[in-house]
Amino acid sequence: MTETIKIISIALILIGAFFSLVASIGVVRLPDVYTRNHAASKSATLGVISILLGTFLFFYVEGHQNTRLILAIVFLLMTSPVGGHMINRAAYYTGVKLWDKSARDDLKGKVKIKDTLL
Amino acid sequence: MKSSDVILQTTSKIVFFVILLFAIHLFFEGHYRPGGGFVGGLVTAGAIVLFLLAFDIKTVSILLPFDYKWVTAIGLLISILTAAGSIVFNVPFFTHTYDHFHLPLIGETSLHTAALFDLGVYLVVVGVTMTIIQTIGESE
Repeated sequence: MTETIKIISIALILIGAFFSLVASIGVVRLPDVYTRNHAASKSATLGVISILLGTFLFFYVEGHQNTRLILAIVFLLMTSPVGGHMINRAAYYTGVKLWDKSARDDLKGKVKIKDTLL
Repeated sequence: MKSSDVILQTTSKIVFFVILLFAIHLFFEGHYRPGGGFVGGLVTAGAIVLFLLAFDIKTVSILLPFDYKWVTAIGLLISILTAAGSIVFNVPFFTHTYDHFHLPLIGETSLHTAALFDLGVYLVVVGVTMTIIQTIGESE
């Protein structure tokens, strides 16, 4: 049983590292702020949560119940999407252009875009 | 000021209590594990700064009506009284003591006077950080 849970925790940590790698590749490869932010906030959140869950399981088997890791998972689930939302919102309101192949822009003409130094 | 920050404001209302709980946790486990008054105070100040970011400075001063300069002063007073209390028992300045107590509900606990000193550090850190941030934020 102990070995099974350890293998599960190894798998979770590897999945988390893989998702973090995917997030960083997405930030480099995608064309504009919005798609990059999409990659960073979603994929990196899942990656970090997966790593934390793997760590929790590993130490749980060893006999330590580290509730701070659970708290960190809940905290990340709540805050990371909001952080991504705020960055996207700030980018849109300061007039950052969408990718020229973007199909739709529902906010167009509905919000006042500030003139900035951009 | 900003009227459409619903997502940020709602999230900060929930997250504030998570951060505050974590700050209290850090403060109380400082004697046995990493943590203590300094980190706990900084995390508490961070929670209040989150409110300052989500709402404006007047709303937060209604919500938490503290004059942070007084908080700093009370923290210093608690620390100096804890240190000076050892003189009464005819031992050197800053001598701490501890004992085991049986409290209702909580059970067997060991209480240490260093926690009172840490409470002073906590209040000083919260007070100084919030004084700096409010002073910078209010000047126009």
